[in-house]
Amino acid sequence: MGSDHSHSHSHGHSHDHGSDEEEFSTLSPMDARVRALETLLTERGLVDRAALDAVVERYEQEVGPHNGAQVVARAWTDPDYRAWLLEDADEAIASLGHVGRQGEHMVVVENTPEQHNMVVCTLCSCYPWPVLGLPPVWYKSPAYRAKAVIDPRGVLADFGVTLPEGTRIKVWDSTAEVRYLVLPMRPEGTEGLTEERLAELVTRDSMIGTGLALRPEEVAP
Amino acid sequence: MNGVHDLGGMQSFGPVLPEVDEPPIHEDWERRTLAVTLAVGALGLWNIDQMRHQREKLPPAQYLSSSYYEIWQAALENTIEELGLLEDPPEGVRARTAEELVTAFSSRGSYVRPTDRPARYAVGQRVRTRNLNPVGHTRLPRYARGKVGTVIAVRGPHVFPDRNAAPLGTRPDPEPEWLYTVDFDGRELWGEDADPTLTVSVDAWEPYLEEVA
Repeated sequence: MGSDHSHSHSHGHSHDHGSDEEEFSTLSPMDARVRALETLLTERGLVDRAALDAVVERYEQEVGPHNGAQVVARAWTDPDYRAWLLEDADEAIASLGHVGRQGEHMVVVENTPEQHNMVVCTLCSCYPWPVLGLPPVWYKSPAYRAKAVIDPRGVLADFGVTLPEGTRIKVWDSTAEVRYLVLPMRPEGTEGLTEERLAELVTRDSMIGTGLALRPEEVAP
Repeated sequence: MNGVHDLGGMQSFGPVLPEVDEPPIHEDWERRTLAVTLAVGALGLWNIDQMRHQREKLPPAQYLSSSYYEIWQAALENTIEELGLLEDPPEGVRARTAEELVTAFSSRGSYVRPTDRPARYAVGQRVRTRNLNPVGHTRLPRYARGKVGTVIAVRGPHVFPDRNAAPLGTRPDPEPEWLYTVDFDGRELWGEDADPTLTVSVDAWEPYLEEVA
């Protein structure tokens, strides 16, 4: 669409042009390019700036791994909820209010001493946004997408995680719209903890399968 | 399409590099790219599979040297240009309001579509993935083609990406296909040196599969 050309042009000649271009000249090339497209789309009535701000707020502030942690902590403390979650994750997760785009067909897979689960999307970066928020850079990186399906133990080593020998490993490549969430094992020594305290032990990585839930002593009280 | 986006099993990318306390967004422009992509996508001028194809068909060197949101931005720009959206905005299309977008993004959609055809495969059945190499969009990764696996779940009839990613500006074929989760033994995918405890599953639509004789 030529924005590459127009922004590099404005960099070179910003002093000759109007205030908009002067403002652009202080931005990085990507900043200028993205802002230029947003401006054009706004001028043509195709996007609304207030609506863009609301989208950013939802995905940067409201949706995140704290949602998934609540699901996991509930499953750890309520056997009926755990059974429901494993049987019908869509309804069980929706009952806690976590519904939305990129979480339409949720499946929860449970880690056990016998089997450790890990989730990847080798083709793009499919990820369960309503329960985990936006994916981290490493999840989207070629290194993870390439390695997870052929060398998951190597990936775990990159994260400093070693599984006991004999634990089988199951990798879920989310090639459709099904979105997988790992139910990590509940750490030992957490019998007396409240659901809220347990949720603090549930990391984003433990729900992707590149990490384990934290032990209580690993979390500041 | 056999593109560089189809990364599973490549061995030249080095270690995975996690970032401690990573924020959801690193740069302000990423924030805007995310929002603009979702907001323009919500106009309904293309679907998720068409946009995935726009991303995966970026030139290989550009794809591999771009960050995630750089890929989003480039694909969005190409799409807008291909559709002539800025020069000739379609009649009656207007920006979605904040309320419309937030409601849509926090509601439950579904990719399940009705079909009269019964599922051809059942849980426990052995199946072989077909050796498909379509030039258009597909969601059968290369590493899982021509491999024998076991159906572990029947997920229902879902929108079929290969037909849903119709060329921009044309109408996708709405006929769904049955979706299955198929487990593959690590050695079936990667040979005798594979981790003997490894199983990998893909979610595969019926046209990706054939019966094992």
